[in-house]
Amino acid sequence: MSGQVQFVIDGETFRVKAGISVAAALAAAGRPFRRSPNGQPRAPLCGMGVCFECRVRIDGVAQQRACMVPVRDGMTVDSDG
Amino acid sequence: MAERYDVLIVGAGPAGLAAARAAAAAGARVGLLDAQAHAGGQVWRHDVDHRATGLARRRLAFVQAHPGVDWLASSTVVAAAGGKLLVEDPHAARWLDYGALVLATGAHELLLPFPGWTLPGVTGAGGLQALAKQGWPLAGRRVVVAGSGPLLLAAAASIRRHGGHVAGIHEQAGHDDLRGFVRGLWRWPGKILQAAALRARLAGVPYHGDSVVVAAHGDDRLREIEVEGPRGRRRLACDQLAVGYGLVPEVRLAGLLGCRLEPAGAHQRVWVDDMQRTSLANVYATGETCGIGGRDCALAEGAIAGHAAAGRTPPAAWQRRRHHARAFAAHLARHFALAERVRRLAQPDTIVCRCEDAPMRALDSYSDARAAKLATRAGMGACQGRICGSALAALGRFPSGSHRPPLFPARLDTLGDTDFT
Repeated sequence: MSGQVQFVIDGETFRVKAGISVAAALAAAGRPFRRSPNGQPRAPLCGMGVCFECRVRIDGVAQQRACMVPVRDGMTVDSDG
Repeated sequence: MAERYDVLIVGAGPAGLAAARAAAAAGARVGLLDAQAHAGGQVWRHDVDHRATGLARRRLAFVQAHPGVDWLASSTVVAAAGGKLLVEDPHAARWLDYGALVLATGAHELLLPFPGWTLPGVTGAGGLQALAKQGWPLAGRRVVVAGSGPLLLAAAASIRRHGGHVAGIHEQAGHDDLRGFVRGLWRWPGKILQAAALRARLAGVPYHGDSVVVAAHGDDRLREIEVEGPRGRRRLACDQLAVGYGLVPEVRLAGLLGCRLEPAGAHQRVWVDDMQRTSLANVYATGETCGIGGRDCALAEGAIAGHAAAGRTPPAAWQRRRHHARAFAAHLARHFALAERVRRLAQPDTIVCRCEDAPMRALDSYSDARAAKLATRAGMGACQGRICGSALAALGRFPSGSHRPPLFPARLDTLGDTDFT
């Protein structure tokens, strides 16, 4: 279907609207973001690339800010940042 | 060899776009870079559901169509040396050289710690607005907007437009200040129209003054917040809390370059003269990085900087618009000053450095940011103290710190050939 992309989060495949950010794609898929050093669940805070709370691993590259990267077809995202 | 531009502009919000337009019109070869994938900055941020209109659309179209402007998307400045900038994009890193540099790095939101602020579901106010424009799901979600300043209205309007149910807006400023703000607005008729348009878009949304979110509660995500207003405390159920206490000038690149900074309340701004020249030769700064002034100010200062950087004299009309816009910003700052109780929301066990999970109490025995950082790791995480550093400055704990490279976490291959000494 046009206007949608397929991507993989933590090994599971999802379809989301094309053009949205990886952060929005994780939220739309109902998937968690990173955990803090003490194990608390975290999620995007600033939405504009400053806080790094949304950081994920994208196609094997760590420390990517999910709010700054548009989701692409075939992308692999790991929430362990 | 480094790519060279007559005018290199860092930041593609209203200020950077105005500078690019003025410099390109004067015949300069312009490089315009931004960390975001789309130009527009925060105010004119690309929206996946709604097309840009009016001035935003025209300004974006100009820089995209003009042959004299190179648009460098998803590009982050990592370091500066020898009159050049080291810039990383998703594929590679390279040095960019320039005749003149224009800093239009904007601002970030002031996010203050309070019990529960680390729960998923708690974001900045401009933060949730930005997330919504990138497709963050809000349909059917119950959202409370809180903090301070007119940005709350703009954020609430965007949230509603993207399907969120805005349950209320809680402004920390008291009723006397809010009345004083409105009474003084006659000097800026354009702002009255803007405010009226926002109110119309927010019809039916309750607006509470003198009202502060003191805690957020939940398990693995936000479920409920506690609000303290003139009639005491109450609990409200919500899915998202969008809370921001205004904006902080983003001065890190200017500070790293060695531009003179000056105090701006608890924070810093870049010192400039009336041609937007910084204390460094051939380096200009414009818009929010020179002190929070809003979009109209950014447009005027961007145009002045763009003309001056291209060796032209800016039209006098831009100076008048700049003064008018700066006067509005001063009026705004006066009436939305942070109340003392907002500075006391964080409790001893409230996490202040979210990257390293350092609680407020861990910082008690330190009087400067560097000593605290070395002992507690606060400010040492991926955000490099952007969130906790600004918060602690606003709370009166530590003054704003020094600026060292790399400005953002960078790939090792980017840093490989860089000498930071």
